[in-house]
Amino acid sequence: MAKLLSYEENDTWIHRLSGITKLMFFLMWCALSAMTYDTRVLLVMILISLIAFAVSKTKWQQVGSVFKVIMAFMILNLAAIFVMSPEQGCAIYGTRKVLFHIAGNYDMTRDQLFYMFNVMIKYFTVIPAVFIFLVTTNPSELAASMNRVGIPYTIAYSLSIALRYIPDVQGDFHRIRNAQEARGIEMSAKAKLFERIRRTASIIFPLLFSSMERIDVVSNAMELRGFGKYKKRTWYAMKPLRRADYLVLAGTLIFVICALLVTYADGSRFWAYWL
Amino acid sequence: MDPIIEFKDFSFRYRAQQEASLHDINLKIYPGEKILIAGPSGSGKSTLAHCINGLIPCSFTGETAGTLTVAGLTPEKAGVFGMSKRVGTVLQDTDGQFIGLTVAEDIAFALENDKVPQDEMFRRVDRAAEMVQMKDHLDRSPAELSGGQKQRVSLGGVLVDDVDILLFDEPLANLDPAAGKRTIALIDDIARTEKVTVIIIEHRIEDVLYRDVDRIVVVNNGRIAADLKPDDLLSTDILSAEGMREPLYVTAIKHAGAAINPADHPQHIEQMNVAPYREAVRNWYELTPAPASRPQSEVLLEADQVSFGYTSRHQVLQDVSFRIRKGEMVSVVGQNGAGKSTLAALICGFYSPSSGKILLEGEDIAPLSIKERGEKIGLVMQSPNQMISKPMIYEEVSLGLTVRGVPEDEIRERVERTLRICGLYTMRNWPVSALSFGQKKRVSIASILVMNPEILILDEPTAGQDYRHYTEIMEFLRDLNRRIGLTIMMITHDMHLMLEYTDRALVLSDGHLIADDTPAAILTNEDVTDRASLKKTSLYDLAVACDIGDAAAFASRFISYERRLRDEEKNAAEETGKAENLQKEVR
Repeated sequence: MAKLLSYEENDTWIHRLSGITKLMFFLMWCALSAMTYDTRVLLVMILISLIAFAVSKTKWQQVGSVFKVIMAFMILNLAAIFVMSPEQGCAIYGTRKVLFHIAGNYDMTRDQLFYMFNVMIKYFTVIPAVFIFLVTTNPSELAASMNRVGIPYTIAYSLSIALRYIPDVQGDFHRIRNAQEARGIEMSAKAKLFERIRRTASIIFPLLFSSMERIDVVSNAMELRGFGKYKKRTWYAMKPLRRADYLVLAGTLIFVICALLVTYADGSRFWAYWL
Repeated sequence: MDPIIEFKDFSFRYRAQQEASLHDINLKIYPGEKILIAGPSGSGKSTLAHCINGLIPCSFTGETAGTLTVAGLTPEKAGVFGMSKRVGTVLQDTDGQFIGLTVAEDIAFALENDKVPQDEMFRRVDRAAEMVQMKDHLDRSPAELSGGQKQRVSLGGVLVDDVDILLFDEPLANLDPAAGKRTIALIDDIARTEKVTVIIIEHRIEDVLYRDVDRIVVVNNGRIAADLKPDDLLSTDILSAEGMREPLYVTAIKHAGAAINPADHPQHIEQMNVAPYREAVRNWYELTPAPASRPQSEVLLEADQVSFGYTSRHQVLQDVSFRIRKGEMVSVVGQNGAGKSTLAALICGFYSPSSGKILLEGEDIAPLSIKERGEKIGLVMQSPNQMISKPMIYEEVSLGLTVRGVPEDEIRERVERTLRICGLYTMRNWPVSALSFGQKKRVSIASILVMNPEILILDEPTAGQDYRHYTEIMEFLRDLNRRIGLTIMMITHDMHLMLEYTDRALVLSDGHLIADDTPAAILTNEDVTDRASLKKTSLYDLAVACDIGDAAAFASRFISYERRLRDEEKNAAEETGKAENLQKEVR
């Protein structure tokens, strides 16, 4: 778990980019992917994502299990779309071509199938971007980058604090769970589900109280060293923007604009090969 | 020269409290001085520190009277931020105050908040890291550092700011003895080279005196009880009268019936002129009986060549074998990462040894689950807050029995008996939140004891506590040990605990058991103390200085003599208590 989706030190040019650049890319990429249903644009985005993913030298072990979880979620998502609104595709494209009949009101139409295919490839445009962002951005830089794109530093810093103390709280959790189990509060699969949920309280409360103790110390320590004194602060770990960063940002912006122009060229963000 | 800190008829009362916490404090501290502020818990020493760094009255509100000036500022007006430029505070919790994700970021934290440009920040962080000898670890995360290193980072984090005053709140509380010694040396070096005023708040007086201090200010009941040079203070009985631990060699000389003369420099045993006391100490040694050796009872817990590693390459424990007999009180010592907690985890079944066996009453416990072991082996965690999950004392103590389906009336009987043993019976219907830290600790011990375990394992039972709470908890444990014959194993890095309260110590170093002997023998053995980052007791130095050949015997006679004194005191107190109760009843 420790190594999963966590920052891995490496020296590719993606690693060398500033966190700000990667955050901006990630945000623009997600926005574009959410807006467009243009299959051509989506396919180009997948291609770019995959190339970037390869360049970042991210290993499959780092992201594999998370990828599987996302896949499971995607399948659930697609199944839900089909069950809830089997005619969604027809409504969107304004055409209806039945491929075969399933049962009752359910027909498998070309239009629905194509719509769901688009939903699916949207996932694949975003997934590599998420992975690259998380795996190649030094956590120290994260708060600095968020602050730089306009998020107040008190909020950005709370993320940094969370990253700092998550391992400590995890350690507490394991110790507390072990000790409570020794007292006879069974957490293993042997106990019934309801009983297990009820008994989780016996871990949660001690965890909460020991975390409160910690928060007290942390907030005093932060205040004693001047946190919150001014409206702005500087960041030790911030990477300044270099030429490569400006190039990536400009490139991304141009791509997004072009993609949106292509998408909305005919007045609708839905594109189909038969229209 | 004008004082850098001056309290004038200063008093303070917390808003929520009736009584003032500080009364009529008059104290002057001059630039460049190194001051130790000592006092039992609740004495007001931390309150005094909070006044200096501005947390009082800015974060903890209350009523002040009189005046206080710190580096030309009035803390009330300058606020916590204003004071932080002049006063650097290092807290006792080495983990909690480490805010940054890496060493460099943590040191830079104050600069970041001050909007210092990045290139200047790099320069100043480098310089501060160099001062605290952490320059080679700038990219490390806190998880990769030892407690002593984390503390040095915190010190670096306040040194980046060219402060005039360094304030240390119990700097030794979370460190092993060797790391504590290094911290005291580092503080001293920085005080000299940077010409800052240093204030150390600590009750481990002997450990702080490893390096010279200019004055010791003793605080008790919110007043200054003494403000003396160390040599003068150690020649009086003020420390023991105010409920604090004197350096052991000083106590030993006093037990021998000699009065200490300040001119003999009792501040450090190494430099002290021991000659005038030699006769008395030797006589006392001859006359004091050696402690009676315990009859050997049967073996309760046995580790047979136990090895364990989280990965096959890195072994945390290697071939550890020992036996613990019924009714023993044993300490497990060694530096952080030596394998102490892992050993406890193996005994409780949280992990299984990669080879070797653990036997309880002669039977291999490998097939037993964590829960089954929990009925025989009780584990008490470091902080009671890590264990308590019920709002009421009765519910908390009965929890272990309830989940095991013990009948209601048996639960009641067992819980009430346990609460009586633990001195909590009168509070049985209280909410846990109404208890003090020491009482909560007792609740967490009671909630384990109620299951009638054969052996109690305590993880750092006294960590982060002052001498009075420490004594309260340890006396309670010793009482349990003697009255109900409970076997107790304690994981600790506290040398006093090991020496004063346990009969035997297991010393771990890098996963190996390097010694299994009486604490007196271990703490007078230079080889073992060095390898395990322990600290040789000053009784050893005193014995050597007095030409007593067997330093270990000297140390163990001292300890048994002290125990006897304490027991006599306690019995006397109980007798008077009983007499008073009797009188009340008669009336």
